[in-house]
Amino acid sequence: MERRDFLKQTITIIAGAAIPASALEFINPKSLFAANGGNTRWVFLADTQKCVGCGFCVKACKLENEVPYDADITRTWVERYVICKDGKMRVEGNMSNPGFGINADSPKGGRDGFTTAKIEVGADKHVEIKDEDISKAFFVPKLCNQCDNPPCVQVCPVGATYKTGDGVVLVDRSWCIGCGYCVMGCPYGVRFFHPVYKVAEKCNFCYHRISKGMKTACVQSCPFGARQIGNLKDPNDPVTKVIMTGRVGVLKSEYGTKPQVYYLALDREVR
Amino acid sequence: MSHVWRPLFVALALVAGILIFRAFYVPKEFGIGEAGYMYGWHNPNNEQYWKDIKVKFQGSAYCKDCHSKNFTYIRNTPHAIIPCEDCHGPGMDHPGKIAKLPIDINRLLCLRCHAILKYPNSDRGKIRGINPATHQDPNVECVTCHDPHNPNLGALKKSGQRFPTYKLEAGAPEGKSAGGAKK
Amino acid sequence: MMEIHGEAWTLKEFFCYPNEYIYWSIQIVMYPFMTGLVAGAFVLSSLYHVFGVKQLKDIARFSLVFSFALLPVAMMPLMLHLQQPLRGIHVMMTPHFTSAIAAFGIVFSTYGMIVASELWFVYRPHFVATALELKDDTNRGLIGNFRYLLFSALTLGCYDVSEHALEKDEKAVSKLAGIGIPVACFLHGYAGFIFGSVKANALWMTPLMPVIFICSAVVSGISLCIITYIVTMEIRKILSKMGNKAKDLPSYEELQSAEIEEVQLTSKYLVGFLLAAITLELLDLIFRGYTAVKSWDILREVIYQRDFYKIFVMQYGLGNLLPFILFKLPGLTVRRAALASSLMLFGVFMMRWNVVIGGQAFSASYAGFMDYVIPIIPTSLDTFKEGLMGALSVIITPYVLFYFINKVMPVFKYKGSH
Repeated sequence: MERRDFLKQTITIIAGAAIPASALEFINPKSLFAANGGNTRWVFLADTQKCVGCGFCVKACKLENEVPYDADITRTWVERYVICKDGKMRVEGNMSNPGFGINADSPKGGRDGFTTAKIEVGADKHVEIKDEDISKAFFVPKLCNQCDNPPCVQVCPVGATYKTGDGVVLVDRSWCIGCGYCVMGCPYGVRFFHPVYKVAEKCNFCYHRISKGMKTACVQSCPFGARQIGNLKDPNDPVTKVIMTGRVGVLKSEYGTKPQVYYLALDREVR
Repeated sequence: MSHVWRPLFVALALVAGILIFRAFYVPKEFGIGEAGYMYGWHNPNNEQYWKDIKVKFQGSAYCKDCHSKNFTYIRNTPHAIIPCEDCHGPGMDHPGKIAKLPIDINRLLCLRCHAILKYPNSDRGKIRGINPATHQDPNVECVTCHDPHNPNLGALKKSGQRFPTYKLEAGAPEGKSAGGAKK
Repeated sequence: MMEIHGEAWTLKEFFCYPNEYIYWSIQIVMYPFMTGLVAGAFVLSSLYHVFGVKQLKDIARFSLVFSFALLPVAMMPLMLHLQQPLRGIHVMMTPHFTSAIAAFGIVFSTYGMIVASELWFVYRPHFVATALELKDDTNRGLIGNFRYLLFSALTLGCYDVSEHALEKDEKAVSKLAGIGIPVACFLHGYAGFIFGSVKANALWMTPLMPVIFICSAVVSGISLCIITYIVTMEIRKILSKMGNKAKDLPSYEELQSAEIEEVQLTSKYLVGFLLAAITLELLDLIFRGYTAVKSWDILREVIYQRDFYKIFVMQYGLGNLLPFILFKLPGLTVRRAALASSLMLFGVFMMRWNVVIGGQAFSASYAGFMDYVIPIIPTSLDTFKEGLMGALSVIITPYVLFYFINKVMPVFKYKGSH
């Protein structure tokens, strides 16, 4: 075959294939320019100083959102970080020291709170850190960051997960194929498979509550005000004021996800 | 036309078949939402699905009218910050389907905050805590001595008794007249 | 207790996020492995059809048919992996093209159609002959009737087998093979893209991933073709020894010399692609170590400590270096080639394993590890699908399919124009 024929053939085939594609109407420019956002952008503010690790938020979330209570998956969780004065990780027995500078855990996602100084380092393995060895220690509430650029949505092959106009990422349980690409795509580990529905599941800021003007279950159940939800488009919202005027941090900004859960008193050791 | 095009016709027929099936199968609302094609490609009907999820936790204000005595009683104590439903469970279906909410009086409930952890960078370190293993009798529920609605340690100490002021029947639901709150 | 997807086979150590499990398990190891075989087998057949490597004539037709048998099997692990397999069609219904998986249905079916068309041109005279033969058979019976219908349908209504028509067929085949090569590479490079573009995964995210995947795909595809070719040739040799003249087989000696010639030539391409794959993989590793970004601490721990045996002993040592030496030692025999190819296949499998499972061997917290304990005996649907049994069913299927396809498109007995 001559090269010219080959090229001609290839171009013809590509051009031919392009015609039916344009008939599919996957992208409708009209809707692209449709009302972009309203006057709401839900955001979250978590204060790691105020959080005492009681875990009432995790308990409330599981009950509110019908996430099987005893299953080891959760929409929100609380992490504990204990940093030692020598900057070293405590490990049990003679395991090779992996050398992270942190001791951290989140047993059962913190659902039952943190009632012991023992830190979980694996299935049924614990280490205890003496009070005098601690240089810093605190709790960090975690939940979906409802990113502005959610990588989980970008990678969904079927349009089963999406960002709403008010910034919350939802999952369509009737359309999700359960490939798990979104679970792999989330750098924060907030997604999992719902044991009953067998589809991707995640925190959605209690969408049924916030859309009725209520607070999320975790915010409402927190006795310490460590968790707050607000509307970033409302300049008078107390959460907006803190985010706009206070020193807040976000998690893993290096991924370009533009996370919308803001943290007060965030530490460099937080993962 | 040459026979070499026949496989192409088969392929085109297949593509047409898929497109026809697609026209019937995909909900017609499916499309690009407010967030654009990258982040908003979805069936908009699904948003309603999530809005329709049943609300379980009602908030403490929901308890105010019927349980006004306890509601005001706890206001002036350090436990005022704790929402009713944290210990009493979600108020959904109460008082309708569920006449009395079960109260969690398990020791572990109190230990969520009061197991001592001297963490310097958390308000947990400021909460008065106990060592669960050594504080009094580990098999006795906290509410045997402590009134959860008024954890007044001063009064407790003054009485000098081992199991002094407070008594709450294990598992007994709180009555409308707030039987749990005794002075 | 409710079954949580992933919990049954995940072991966690140190600090992992609560929802983290090995969500992509053995089937996702199988998926790139199987598509790799498809792509590799097709590229091998195209070497003959497009680049006119005449010596590959015999193995070319074989690998084309085998590539077709492997096609449905490339999709099988994905279906077994999906939590909602019945909704798999949604990928074609509402494709979200910002996702690397979305185009799978389209690329896959395009490729499938190319291979099918190519096969149609190669086997058209056979279809026509069989259909005509059955047409004249007045005493066909039930099976005969079915075969008649099948072969008549397969002719697509064209019974022209004149020299002129066959010439056109030949042209079409080389054109299709020409288009097929980029599509096959795309199909597989694209599998690499699915991993390489996951920015949340420190091990996967590299632009080299698609290229590495293509090279190792070709390695595995050629290896499998060599092995299967050798096995079938040995069977034919035995048949020929038994003097089964009725089947019109070439003589033992003819087969013997043809076999070693094909194997020696094919192995040259194999080694070439292996070198390309290794170079890229090492480049990636060196680069990660040298730039040593945030994730390197945990990656180093996984690569050099926890997965050392799997990566450097099983994959590079046993799966790459040893077969490389075996191929390069002078006087390559068929037996040695078979052994080396098997090792090579194993090496590529281990590479897939170390990428897919290795990529999940550490937590996104960079402070914990996870281990995949492959379920051997299934206790539930999940542990069947994502365990050893599921993997074995994927491995067996192409051979079952090949058996049936061979009935319609005989690979060895048929003496077509190609």
